[in-house]
Amino acid sequence: MKRKTLTFIGILLACIVFFGALYAVSRLVAPKYHTSPLEGHLTGEYYEEKTAHDVLFVGDCEVFSNISPVTLYNEYGITSFIRGSAQQLTWQSYYLLEDALLTETPKVVVFNVLALKYGEPQSEAYNRMTLDGMRLNASKIRAIRASMTEGEDFMSYLFPLLRYHDRIDKLTGEDFAYWFTSGEPVSFKGYLLRTEVRPATDMPTETYDPKLPESSMEWLGRMADLCEEKGIALVLMKSPSIYPKWYPEWDETVAAFANARGLRYDNMIAENDVIGIDMQTDTCDMGQHLNVYGAEKLSRFYGAVLQKTYQLPDHRGEAAYDADYAALSERYETEKNLRRSEGN
Amino acid sequence: MLFPSWAFLLFLAVLVPVYYLVPKRIQWIVLLLFNAVFVCFAGLLGAVFMAVTVASVYAATRAFDALFTRQRETLAAMKTTHTKEERKKTRLQFEKKRRLILVACLVLNFGILFALKYGAMLGRLSAGLFGGKPFGQDLALTMGISFYTFSTVGYLLDVYRETVPAERNPLKLALFTSFFPLLVQGPITRFETVGKALTAPHAFDGKRFLSASLRIAWGYWKKLIVADRLLVAVKALCARPNVYYGDFIFMEMLLYAACLYADFTGGIDITIGVGEMLGIRIEENFNRPYFSKSISEYWRRWHITLGEWFKRYVYYPLSVSKPMRDLSKATRRFGAGVSRRVPVYLATLLVWALTGAWHGSNLTFLVWGLLNGVVILLSEECKPLYARFHKRFPKLGESAFYRGFAVIRTVLLLSSLRILDCYGTVKDAFSSFFSMFTTWNWGAVFRGGIQSLGLSYTDYAIALFGVLVMFALSMVQRKGTIRKRIMKRGAVFSVCVLLVLIGTILLFGRYGFGFDASQFIYNRF
Repeated sequence: MKRKTLTFIGILLACIVFFGALYAVSRLVAPKYHTSPLEGHLTGEYYEEKTAHDVLFVGDCEVFSNISPVTLYNEYGITSFIRGSAQQLTWQSYYLLEDALLTETPKVVVFNVLALKYGEPQSEAYNRMTLDGMRLNASKIRAIRASMTEGEDFMSYLFPLLRYHDRIDKLTGEDFAYWFTSGEPVSFKGYLLRTEVRPATDMPTETYDPKLPESSMEWLGRMADLCEEKGIALVLMKSPSIYPKWYPEWDETVAAFANARGLRYDNMIAENDVIGIDMQTDTCDMGQHLNVYGAEKLSRFYGAVLQKTYQLPDHRGEAAYDADYAALSERYETEKNLRRSEGN
Repeated sequence: MLFPSWAFLLFLAVLVPVYYLVPKRIQWIVLLLFNAVFVCFAGLLGAVFMAVTVASVYAATRAFDALFTRQRETLAAMKTTHTKEERKKTRLQFEKKRRLILVACLVLNFGILFALKYGAMLGRLSAGLFGGKPFGQDLALTMGISFYTFSTVGYLLDVYRETVPAERNPLKLALFTSFFPLLVQGPITRFETVGKALTAPHAFDGKRFLSASLRIAWGYWKKLIVADRLLVAVKALCARPNVYYGDFIFMEMLLYAACLYADFTGGIDITIGVGEMLGIRIEENFNRPYFSKSISEYWRRWHITLGEWFKRYVYYPLSVSKPMRDLSKATRRFGAGVSRRVPVYLATLLVWALTGAWHGSNLTFLVWGLLNGVVILLSEECKPLYARFHKRFPKLGESAFYRGFAVIRTVLLLSSLRILDCYGTVKDAFSSFFSMFTTWNWGAVFRGGIQSLGLSYTDYAIALFGVLVMFALSMVQRKGTIRKRIMKRGAVFSVCVLLVLIGTILLFGRYGFGFDASQFIYNRF
């Protein structure tokens, strides 16, 4: 009996050491996204938030590049966060929203509509950047199942070692520095700050299907249902980036959907002059994404629209928020000045 | 369902507890059901072909059984009433009937295998000769058909020869034919051993389970860490004979030797381990083959069950067949040596041609098989020379140096023959092989050559480490199985070894997104 007990304890200890080592190695080899590509760090940063938000932005690169929550707060006292990632697909936005609504209920959710053009999973690398940082719950599991491309397997999302084990010979200092810590955020409440100025030029023309995929429109419908169920105002927005192109037929489809569901739809491309966006100075990559100057202009404009339309409270002067945003604004300005001085 | 897949591990994780939880008398039925799932998962067409094999072999063996019984009864009744000649005539009539049934069953089963293996090739050949669209281009081998056809036909021949009784329950024959671990890449098993073990009741044994897990993990280790890593470089080398020639071919020979060993033995380790986990002992298919000192010894230690099958069901019957005896008699006038050799040589070459043909429809396999036969026969012919040499230098022959030389010579020889396995045409294979002797380009190999094969230096280092581990363990295995030694040191130590194996597979194995989940090399045969 004694021997059996000792054997059992021995095996148990061996298993504990084994799983501990696996966990450590798994964390080591998983990409940290602290230097590049930063987009992979965005999803996880949401969970570091300590205060609630009035507005949640969801969508692809057109939200995390074009909207500055710091400006929204400093100008209007609007608290917000961007749950956006590179090529974040509509169903991923849905599940990230579903995940966020488990812990908070914002007044407004703004969904950037560009991703509606994708009706199928696109790329494993982008899936990873969006989903790896998501906390493990039913929403994540459903998001993984909806997003996997051919050749991907579900288990590797739950156990990153199965996906990233081949990084063992590609480890860098970053992997060791952020082995057991997520480190400082790389974004400003989901916003990726860029100061480069690369004026818009003629972009290549592309063929397109005038009809938006039915599947992505269905996911949009589910997002509208979810917001309706929670009493949240869903706003559809097309940010003012001029490439990839947003075609009139798509615009009409989204406008018709918004009309049918009683939602607000703002196509900002038409408002560029009113906002004051100059695609010669306010874009960091030839019209695809706004730089910080363009993002601040858009945020000033849109903040006013949102506050007026949805009577969003001004949280400035509230100690909890002021403390949070003061530190954030300081880091934001420092980073902006630093990047500007470095010519980036 | 690939062995290295989550689907297979899940399949196993469900099967093992269910197998041991159900009453022992229905264990084999549960296993049959799981086999059916496994077979259907691989494709319904495969399931249909397998059902045809089971039905035909069952019907034939039952018919043999009935004919044997009737023959015995009839001859017993004739013993006092008929002459010896009449009884012989009656016996021959029964034999004729049995032979007819046997031939029909062999034609049907080998016909299916032949059609699937050679259909597409014959279609192309016919289109080339007579024009038109090639037929049968969508014909492809179904899961495990090369292996289960041989196993089941072996049983058919055993019953025909009355060495084993015919199985009365067709489901038990179906269980033997469809036993899932054997469908991936064999080994080719015998009904009297594995077939019986499959239907016997088995109680769970923790030690056996742990030991089997060790064997399975070791199989995955070899497959995922060594074989699948080296296969990337081997494929790259084979794909561009115009670029990779000369000394690259020597490198290819060595890499393929290590890759094939790790792949095939790894797969068989998993198969035998899975069998052991279920309490079923499966025949070993390898006995440290790369330590062989001659090609014929190598073939007694590599893919043992295929060699045994050919020996038992083709070589021996053919060597003593009437046409061979007649041929031997006819060649007596050329001397006793010639008369003795002719049937042996013919049977050897035929067996090797069939072994080559079994591996694939490509001409390269046939040439490979025949060359193996020729080398073995040449070695036989040279035996007196060797004997004289050893007599002259008795100490040298017994030295470790000579043994090492013989082992290396054998590995290089069989690796040279295997070049035929790597290329699509005999011409490419031969021109690549001979370029080793005409082009000296080690510089190109080490200046960027090895980096262009899809592997990093870390990959080469891991593969080399894996090969060294396999080599070291093979050396140790001379004194008995390593698993037994590990198990002797207690459960905790065994579990630690198992966890180390699993951990290193997870970290250094080639699997997951971005890697091709590759089937075992022998699965394509």
